[in-house]
Amino acid sequence: MDYSQFMIMHHELGLLVVFLLVFLFDTFFSKNLQSKLSVTACVLFGIYTLACFFLPLKSGEAFSGMYATSPIVMSIKNILNVGMFIVLLQSVKWNNSAAQIVRRGEFIELMLLTLFGMFLMVSARHFLVFIIGLETASLPLAALVAFDKKEYESHEAAVKYIFTAVFSSAIYMLGLSFVYAMSGSLYFGDIATRVVGAEGSFLLYVALAFVIAGIGFKISMVPFHLWTADVYQGAPTSVTSYLSVVSKGAGAFAALIILTQVFGSVYSQVWEWMLFILIVLTITVGNLFAIRQNNLKRFLAFSSISQAGYIMLGVVADASVGAAALSYYVLVYIFSNLAAFGVIQAVENATGKVEISDYNGLYKTNPKLSFTMMLAMFSLGGIPPFAGFFSKFFIFSAALEQGSVAMYVLVFIALLNTIVSLYYYLLVVKAMFITPNDNPIERIKSHWSERAGMVVCVAGIILVGLVSVIYTFLNHAADASQMF
Amino acid sequence: MFNILFLFVIIPVLTLGALFLTRNIKQVRAVAATGASLLLIAALYLCYAFVTERAVEPDAAMLFVDKYMWFEPLNIHLAVGVDGISVLMILLSAIIVFTGTFASWTVQPLTKEYFLWFILLSTGVFGFFISIDLFTMFMFYEVALIPMYLLIGVWGSGNKNYAAMKLTLMLMGGSALLLIGILGIYYHAGETMNILEIVKNGVDPGWQNALFVLTFVGFGVLGAMFPFHTWSPDGHASAPTAVSMLHAGVLMKLGGYGCFRVAIYLMPQAANELGWIFMILTGVSVVYGAFAACVKTDLKYINAYSSVSHCGLVLFAILMLNQTAMSGAVLQMLSHGLMTALFFALIGMIYGRTHTRDVREMGGLMQIMPFLSVGYIIAGLASLGLPGLSGFVAEMTIFLGSFESSPVYNAVLGDGNLFRHAFAIVTTASIVITAVYILRVVGKLLFGPVQNEHHRQLDDAHWYERFSTITLMLAIAVIGCFPDLANGILRDSFGPIVEHIMAYAQ
Repeated sequence: MDYSQFMIMHHELGLLVVFLLVFLFDTFFSKNLQSKLSVTACVLFGIYTLACFFLPLKSGEAFSGMYATSPIVMSIKNILNVGMFIVLLQSVKWNNSAAQIVRRGEFIELMLLTLFGMFLMVSARHFLVFIIGLETASLPLAALVAFDKKEYESHEAAVKYIFTAVFSSAIYMLGLSFVYAMSGSLYFGDIATRVVGAEGSFLLYVALAFVIAGIGFKISMVPFHLWTADVYQGAPTSVTSYLSVVSKGAGAFAALIILTQVFGSVYSQVWEWMLFILIVLTITVGNLFAIRQNNLKRFLAFSSISQAGYIMLGVVADASVGAAALSYYVLVYIFSNLAAFGVIQAVENATGKVEISDYNGLYKTNPKLSFTMMLAMFSLGGIPPFAGFFSKFFIFSAALEQGSVAMYVLVFIALLNTIVSLYYYLLVVKAMFITPNDNPIERIKSHWSERAGMVVCVAGIILVGLVSVIYTFLNHAADASQMF
Repeated sequence: MFNILFLFVIIPVLTLGALFLTRNIKQVRAVAATGASLLLIAALYLCYAFVTERAVEPDAAMLFVDKYMWFEPLNIHLAVGVDGISVLMILLSAIIVFTGTFASWTVQPLTKEYFLWFILLSTGVFGFFISIDLFTMFMFYEVALIPMYLLIGVWGSGNKNYAAMKLTLMLMGGSALLLIGILGIYYHAGETMNILEIVKNGVDPGWQNALFVLTFVGFGVLGAMFPFHTWSPDGHASAPTAVSMLHAGVLMKLGGYGCFRVAIYLMPQAANELGWIFMILTGVSVVYGAFAACVKTDLKYINAYSSVSHCGLVLFAILMLNQTAMSGAVLQMLSHGLMTALFFALIGMIYGRTHTRDVREMGGLMQIMPFLSVGYIIAGLASLGLPGLSGFVAEMTIFLGSFESSPVYNAVLGDGNLFRHAFAIVTTASIVITAVYILRVVGKLLFGPVQNEHHRQLDDAHWYERFSTITLMLAIAVIGCFPDLANGILRDSFGPIVEHIMAYAQ
């Protein structure tokens, strides 16, 4: 047997090695050394992430075409790795806290497992592999959401999460069964050729609706978003930040692959308008609800719902450009959102406060934290010269590339929504810099890991946009990928 | 060879970096003043270099052109280049940043942060004027907008939260229109963002009307075009002194410049078809702004509405689509920028002493602070167009241009001349209204009886205040007495542009 095909799976294999090392460390090393577990995991994962950057990007298939990879798929895996690395880094302090001491190994192991599932999701070219990836990515997350064992909200969030995850998988699989009924295969390529000509069939409509609904749950598009706010609020902040960036990014990329590769041929007739309506709803509803939130985690939950809408603009765009713009958006979103969560986590760990009104006058006592938060908000709101501006610009331009008037309308609605979103992002900035407060949060001495995470994020926010190489690189990767 | 234009981004960025390292208020002031002075010197040198270079290349559309690939997939370059219009705008910005720095000498608290945002704002302004690539132009445009929120929110006065949010959201709304307009231009002019290349390729005629409206309204919001002007009075009234100066003096010019450079220059056919609609709106701005200024009693509101009126005149003149009126528009931008900066500087200084901006609560300031009062009179006279000061030159040129006959708008309106002349008469009449509100304030504020006995103890201007106001007054007088200096820079810039536009006017 030719084993060389496994080498194209270096992301997955490397991740498994990291997982095994962490697992062995956790199981067999002495109690003393175990206090270094979080740091060790960070270092191992960091080395793995770096190594992946240096490995060549290429296309290839394994397992008789069930698994496939290409330069852009490898790039999105690298991007997800970066997100995972920052999340791990930011969680070091929390993971070393007293309540976590008996289960910090599990935290890291479960995180790594879900990432493995996400890699399978974006690389799957057969729906069975995809389902395995989806479940591997979803079920451990439910355990992670419930990780604050003594917090009531954490349990409630976990129950909500597991129910919606299972429910959405069920709907998704029902949709798949219809697809199977029409095409007689679960290979992406086979389905793509066999559903041609079935554009008008009712079964296809229902199947697509179910498939989109299933993905919609994963990336919390409206109207499948109802779990998001409660889960984000209840889950430990590290898990929330992971859910909001890495999980969402992987889901969006998987959606791109499934919709363009499997149903690309019936795009304009069937799913273009479905997605049109969903994107408009997602961006608008997310924005309008975000305005009224006081809890920062809920606030970011709704903001992340509307961001999901922007990410999905990359899916309706022309495939290759859309894939590049989407990956770039995810990368920028990772840095921006994790910077915000980094600040939230630092403040929460030190004082337990998460309300926006607690942040009033924060600049006086914690200028650096406020500055980081402000950069994050500006980047999320799309203000130049920060990365968020570039990612928004590119995703809009990708969506307009095909030039239909419907796309202009869609981008126009999205742009109007950026103004609404700017309003609530500025509310946070206003709280920190403008609103007077006699008793602001006292000076916080943040842990080195939190600081390191924030430095990485701030550097990303400033550099990823201005340094044009990254976007150019992603574009070439997307062009070089045969899948589109 | 090193392109001098990059200095206008490098100097502010270096100043920002140096500001980060400062430790006390003295260092902050020193760094800010050095940066602003360097910018002014660079701008003056640019004028000289430009005139020299122009003598060598009288036909080039842009000089000092340079471009570096930035985002290759979208064909985005860091492209710079200037013609006479942008050179004058850069000079104006440099003067106002320079005087604004001295006008905010005593800003408290958080002086360092104040200057950080102030310099970031000026980076955006300069970057906008040197760019000839739509993407970088748009990027710098937004860089200039966002610091306003914090500058007004933190250091402003009055109803500042409301004003700051309103200003930011309205301007961002404008830039949303602009963004979609720019992307539309990109996809319908051969996938390029470079202005010179777009002019060469031409924008798809079927899309010109839509894109013209999007970009004109987008920039028009910043140019305070009726009915999108409502952010301006509130914003100016709440902003700290130097920010009002920079905002009314320079930022609103970004709007006028953008309307001209992007909307009209790139979509000449649509400008000929739809320009008259905007001419009605800008005509309303001119008259409405003047009337509104008459009934306000807050000094800053009076000047904010007067700015709406004057900036309306800029857009109005641009829409005449002929060379005389357009050079008048540029002179008006220059003149209004200097004069309104002087106004806001003086108002800030008066407010800093009397703690009121209500005209009714002040009087007889001539006896108390003669220097500031004389400055106010000079600004006022420039505003109502007294010969010898900059306002006269600008308005005279605009009205001369408005009465020139040309085939513009004939295709749509039948008799374009009649329409343009009718509106020119209406806007000319607004000068009388300008005289009403200027003289009313001057009479009441400076020469009336002293309203509040406490005011008698107030002192006159300090050295840094004198320094900044004298610089502005000198600039106003120089342009008023030697308009040829400005015209010399402008001379060859309009020929090709107007030719390009008139080709579609039949």
